Amino acid sequence: MYFLSIDWWLILEKALLIFGIVGLSFFIAMYTTYAERKVAAWLQDRRGPNRAGPFGIFQPLADGGKLFFKEEIIPLASNKALFILGPALAMITALLTSTVIPWAAPFHTKSGGVIPMQVADVDMGILLVFGIVSVGVYGIMIGGWASNNKFSLMAAIRGASQMVSYELPMGLALIAVLFMTGSLKMSVIVQHQIEHGWNIMYQLLGFIIFFVCALAECNRTPFDLPEAENELNFGYHQEYSSMKLGFYLFAEYINMFISSAVMATVYFGGYDIPFVNEASWGLSSFWMTFISFSVLMAKTCFFLFVFLWIRWTIPRFRYDQLMNLGWKKLIPLALLNMIITAAVMLWLKK
Amino acid sequence: MGVTQILFWFLSVMAVFSALMVITSKNPVYSVLWLIATFFAISGHYILFNAQFLAIVNIIVYAGAIMVLFLFVIMLMNLNRETEPQKNRWLKMAGAAAGGCLLLVLVAALKDTDMKQQQALINKGNIGLIKILGKELFTTYVVPFEISSVLFLSAMIGAVVIGKKE
Repeated sequence: MYFLSIDWWLILEKALLIFGIVGLSFFIAMYTTYAERKVAAWLQDRRGPNRAGPFGIFQPLADGGKLFFKEEIIPLASNKALFILGPALAMITALLTSTVIPWAAPFHTKSGGVIPMQVADVDMGILLVFGIVSVGVYGIMIGGWASNNKFSLMAAIRGASQMVSYELPMGLALIAVLFMTGSLKMSVIVQHQIEHGWNIMYQLLGFIIFFVCALAECNRTPFDLPEAENELNFGYHQEYSSMKLGFYLFAEYINMFISSAVMATVYFGGYDIPFVNEASWGLSSFWMTFISFSVLMAKTCFFLFVFLWIRWTIPRFRYDQLMNLGWKKLIPLALLNMIITAAVMLWLKK
Repeated sequence: MGVTQILFWFLSVMAVFSALMVITSKNPVYSVLWLIATFFAISGHYILFNAQFLAIVNIIVYAGAIMVLFLFVIMLMNLNRETEPQKNRWLKMAGAAAGGCLLLVLVAALKDTDMKQQQALINKGNIGLIKILGKELFTTYVVPFEISSVLFLSAMIGAVVIGKKE
């Protein structure tokens, strides 16, 4: 099927994959809101939501339904077009980052074709994630400014400067990984880890820096200053109601999910099953793809749990502490990590 | 008309339209947002040439960092139509004349270039991929590359010195 010299089967294949991943992101985000409350309840010795369905399992559906049917309020003094653009941008950028993650081992069809479980294996790979994350600031900034509320604006500016600051150590921590793999392609990074062991074994410091920065990028506790209720009422989405608010909250959970998946892929071997050589099992390609996907999901869910765990354990940083940590501690540490990695690699190659 | 051509026209129209919106918008925040749209259109053009690194770096550096700072400043100053100073008509005309002169120089410079001989490789050029670009930068162009990094460093130090309260 060729039309306009495009292979439409490829488009169809990718479209299915994209729908699958977007659906998965929404599903996981929905149930992370549930998990958040359950984990909080567990850590605080409470029961958590338990009314909607068995164990409160339909709570996210009830929440979503409630958000949809709430009254939609657009403040008179706000900038209407940008007020609507803000949450839309937040959602789009959150969903876009999943393009380059390899979700499972490639699927081999009977006719010898290979279907990669990845939307796009571009040469830029992980850099594309950074590009989209760096644009993700606009959702917050535009929403905060368009609300025409000084608390929203302050929260938006806090959020934006926090995200811009923490992108730097994140990138620097990642450079050390790229030294080792020699490629930005996500598929190559995973393949390298399957052959040489997971990156976490060589890049512990780099991973810690990356993880701290991921917390800050997702505006999670202890870096949830854009939403610091006691200082800023409710943060940059204070004027939002109904599903627009829902989009902002949802985008945060999707960001958490995607950054967990990125961490699992870059540092924890992606879809690789630890300690075994799964190629020797002789399973059919379908099961291999399925198992590897489940393994990646398990790793991702573990990181999601750590996100929640930290939220209910560690109190919030002060704003100057946040900036100090980012600029004066994490960046020098990341640079040090980078130099040591480079030196060791040079020494090993000699 | 192939898909590359369709994309080219789409991106070109987008780039020109959003660039026009940058200068015609009354609200400076809109101007910044349209400028970001322009950067995205230009990044799309880079991708058509398979210059992926340039495209992504354009987005990270310009759309993701520099424009955020622009937006910061504009949002904090809270500019709107009432506070906008009324500009002198002569000033506007002088501006138009100066801009026109720049356009003239650019067109004159481009007029004699040999366009037919130097068509960009569409879809198959690979100089824009990171490995090849990196090798080129660190071998053939290593001196200008390092000098520009020193320039950046001095700009950073200068900003810190100016920003520091005595």
